[in-house]
Amino acid sequence: MIGTILFLALAVIAVLAAVGMLTSTNAVHAALFLVINFACIALFYLGLGAPFLAMVQVTVYAGAIMVLFLFVIMLLGAERVSITSRLNWQIPVAAILTVALIGVTAFILFSPQVGTNLPVINTAEAPTSNTETGFEYGSPQSVGALLFNLYLLPFELTGVLLLVAMVGAIVLTRDEGKTPAGKRRRAEVVAEAEKVSGD
Amino acid sequence: MPTETNFLVPTSYYIILSAILFALGVLGVLARRNAILIFMSIELMLNAANLAFVAFARSLINLDGQVFVFFVMTVAAAEVAVGLALIVAIFRSKKSIDIDELHSMEG
Repeated sequence: MIGTILFLALAVIAVLAAVGMLTSTNAVHAALFLVINFACIALFYLGLGAPFLAMVQVTVYAGAIMVLFLFVIMLLGAERVSITSRLNWQIPVAAILTVALIGVTAFILFSPQVGTNLPVINTAEAPTSNTETGFEYGSPQSVGALLFNLYLLPFELTGVLLLVAMVGAIVLTRDEGKTPAGKRRRAEVVAEAEKVSGD
Repeated sequence: MPTETNFLVPTSYYIILSAILFALGVLGVLARRNAILIFMSIELMLNAANLAFVAFARSLINLDGQVFVFFVMTVAAAEVAVGLALIVAIFRSKKSIDIDELHSMEG
């Protein structure tokens, strides 16, 4: 009973934050609404027995990704431009398609052949505290035990992926002397090199 | 201290919420012209999928769903880094992040 009330309150907040992000005219407001949504989802993870994932969600999503978004929004000056929409017919079509998506999902979920027959959807048991490794369900130890044993290869691959992403981001934003600041920096470096070689 | 059964919510509630958030993300991607806001809607969709994963992991008492969510978060972080770098690079050359104006590959 208490759990359902808490869930409904958090769900309402999450959906309202998502709607706020969609309809906000200021980019910074939209980013902050999304932070509220991410915090709600972190609380959902706590309720679902995933405390490690809740902390990772707060750290990575709300703490790193949204900060990166805000950096870029400020860098591009998007917070000064109010977002007016020139789309005329796309928005009603998008709304109709979204309602259709929700309708199809609800239909499948509540249909007697597929949805309500699945025991995994209708019941929920409390996860037992003894998994195979003996650690508590959802704790960092148990997730780590799985991550470093069964899923070691994907783990290493995501490490390589992060390295590639970092290199890619640096290469993409590298200034090759085309902007005024780049030309100035390049001239300074050349002057310094000439001075050193002339000594 | 209340027993654990007081706090258990049926998994279908979480799946419905995940579907609603995903549909809102789709609406954001379709109806926005600012590239950064489209990116944020994509992040909303990824989070909705993560919520479904964790809900099913709890229902099946299996930790594989949580490990997969971990990987999804990592990939999303890498994607955001590269995508925002791309947006910054495009802005430098075109001075605009309106996707309606990014229809040519020249420049």
